[in-house]
Amino acid sequence: MTMRHIISILMENEAGALSRVAGLFSARGYNIESLCVAPTHDATLSRMTLVTHGDDQIIEQIIKQLNKLIDVVKVQDMVDAPHIERELMLIKVQAVETSREEVYRLAEIFRGQIIDVSESSYTIQMIGPGHKLDAFLAALGSISVVEIVRSGALGIARGPRGMAVPEA
Amino acid sequence: MRVELSGGQILVECLKAEGVEAVFGYPGGAVLHIYDALFQQEAVKHVLVRHEQGAVHMADGYARATGKPGVVLVTSGPGATNAVTGIATAYMDSIPMVVITGQVPTHLIGNDAFQEVDNVGITRPCVKHNFLVKNVNDLAQTMKKAFYIATTGRPGPVVVDIPKDVVDPKVLVPFTYPETVALRSYHPTVKGHTGQIRKAIDLIVNAERPMVYTGGGVVLGRASELLTQFTRLLNYPITNTLMGLGAYPASDRQFLGMLGMHGTYEANMAMHHCDVLIAIGARFDDRVTGNLAKFCPTAKIIHVDIDPASISKNVIVDVPIVGSVKSVLEDMLPLIADAGGAKQPEALAAWWKQIEQWRAMRCLDFKTNGEIIKPQYVVQKLWEITQGDAYVTSDVGQHQMWAAQYYGFDKPNRWINSGGLGTMGFGLPAALGVKYAYPDEEVVCVTGEGSIQMCIQELSTALQYHLPVKVVSLNNRYLGMVRQWQEFFYSGRYAMSYMEALPDFVKLAESYGHVGMRIEKASDVEGALREAFAMKDRLVFMDFQTDPTENVFPMVPAGAGLNEMILV
Repeated sequence: MTMRHIISILMENEAGALSRVAGLFSARGYNIESLCVAPTHDATLSRMTLVTHGDDQIIEQIIKQLNKLIDVVKVQDMVDAPHIERELMLIKVQAVETSREEVYRLAEIFRGQIIDVSESSYTIQMIGPGHKLDAFLAALGSISVVEIVRSGALGIARGPRGMAVPEA
Repeated sequence: MRVELSGGQILVECLKAEGVEAVFGYPGGAVLHIYDALFQQEAVKHVLVRHEQGAVHMADGYARATGKPGVVLVTSGPGATNAVTGIATAYMDSIPMVVITGQVPTHLIGNDAFQEVDNVGITRPCVKHNFLVKNVNDLAQTMKKAFYIATTGRPGPVVVDIPKDVVDPKVLVPFTYPETVALRSYHPTVKGHTGQIRKAIDLIVNAERPMVYTGGGVVLGRASELLTQFTRLLNYPITNTLMGLGAYPASDRQFLGMLGMHGTYEANMAMHHCDVLIAIGARFDDRVTGNLAKFCPTAKIIHVDIDPASISKNVIVDVPIVGSVKSVLEDMLPLIADAGGAKQPEALAAWWKQIEQWRAMRCLDFKTNGEIIKPQYVVQKLWEITQGDAYVTSDVGQHQMWAAQYYGFDKPNRWINSGGLGTMGFGLPAALGVKYAYPDEEVVCVTGEGSIQMCIQELSTALQYHLPVKVVSLNNRYLGMVRQWQEFFYSGRYAMSYMEALPDFVKLAESYGHVGMRIEKASDVEGALREAFAMKDRLVFMDFQTDPTENVFPMVPAGAGLNEMILV
């Protein structure tokens, strides 16, 4: 059965590391829904969070193939254990006359923040799991969207433990 | 003592420290500094090829025969792109190799400089790993990592891309070669999981219709003696993949021949009907399994492999064991002895009886036809005359299958072919690499008139370095395997599979300074082979004019199960 998985990858913070992962996915025909990468508190490591879909066999292969990349230090499927998922979305919508009030109220309900205002638009910042952001977009209904920027999902395990780096 | 060296000198010192006997390569602008450093020493030899693809295949042949990593040196741009086919060939067959590519100076990278390509980008999908060295102070450490990665775990090619300024002879830096290397992100598993091994042993000794199926991992992992002990201890039937031939002696009664698309009837039928399949160092390639839905329908499957990603990739297995074939077999042997060996003697006897019936079909028999030379006959005679003891390389196509089917290899590392990528042009340079490693051994390249022309320029390298291999060309004037598929599956529409305007190979060989022979009659085959092999220090090119209509049998057509073979 095809399921959505959030895969966290710790990798050496080296030039070309991102393209190794992206290349692996395109070469083997795995899909990437979103991909997010940035340095960590350890300057030698980057953390990548990748959202993909696949049945158990495909996900197992994805994790094995990722582990096979020499630059990859650690791979974890967040979905295996309790975890928190967050994504940042910036959305610019048309806000004129009656819709100004409507957009403002919806943003409040979804705990978004209006971070930029013009005569005819609001820009809203919203943080949450992907499905919450999707729900907000659905709730906008007939309000016309000018632009959407999404960061892609981030994931972190619940509890005291972090992703451990094995010894060299 | 503090030693200061240039990047070029450091590179040479690294090669010495790794025990590299020879580098196969071709010079060019970006590697001139490195060539200058190589020129000023004697320890590391250099073999000048005629095309960079040839350099990589030579290093590959050297590596496959010796087990040591092959080393290649090519220049930037076209030097590197020409090497890519060879690198991909080595990658698909997991061959340890370090390929040093020149690069434009660091300040020009990204400027579309003369002979600039993104080597790291182009080779990324076909290497185990690659590096761009931007600082001469990182060079020694990177070379150490490159050899370590190439030769450990599941081996593979590693590319080290070195910009010209990094090897500038005017820049001297302190040099020590690191004694050890540790990578926090790379820990190949060698030892198999004890619990999994015990589970496997339980299945193995209780099997009623067992089958041992082994691949290139046993050859690469130097485990062929252990495999032989294991198989004989149990008295189980065994088959080898194309890449695994020689890991178990072909002349042994328990050996059922190669399996897969052009495997034997007995091997494929035993695969299909077995109840326990013991897969060792093999990767369930599509040419082996046929239709996956029909593969080994009644078997519990045990899979030993050093690469976890090979396990349950194509076929879901019941008992996966990640580890080196050697270590796992070492652990298994005493456990089998403790268990008292195979526990189902009656079922096993019945299984052998069934297998002998399949074997009695004699699926590799072929019809001779007067003086027309049958390609299979040439390979059989080659085996006789070399007493089955030659190193045999091949190109890709019908001749490759006939060599695999009719030259019974009793020892590992002797059958050298491009199994995964299927690279035409591999055979001749690979043979030269083997001959370079083992000048006193008999080395034969079995090829066809199509494949040989893809790297024929290396006949010139053979003369320069005195590498007197024997070339057995099965010349049927067709791209035979293409022709065979067109006959079977395209109603005989032979699109572009007929070779017109072939050169006179005898004169061609002679013009390269070698001996050429054309053999047109079946009764001349043996004499010609004897004459050629008597010329110990000459490269002899034997152009056998073979039956153009001959096909490779048996055959599992695409989409069929292993039990659905075409026999003739």
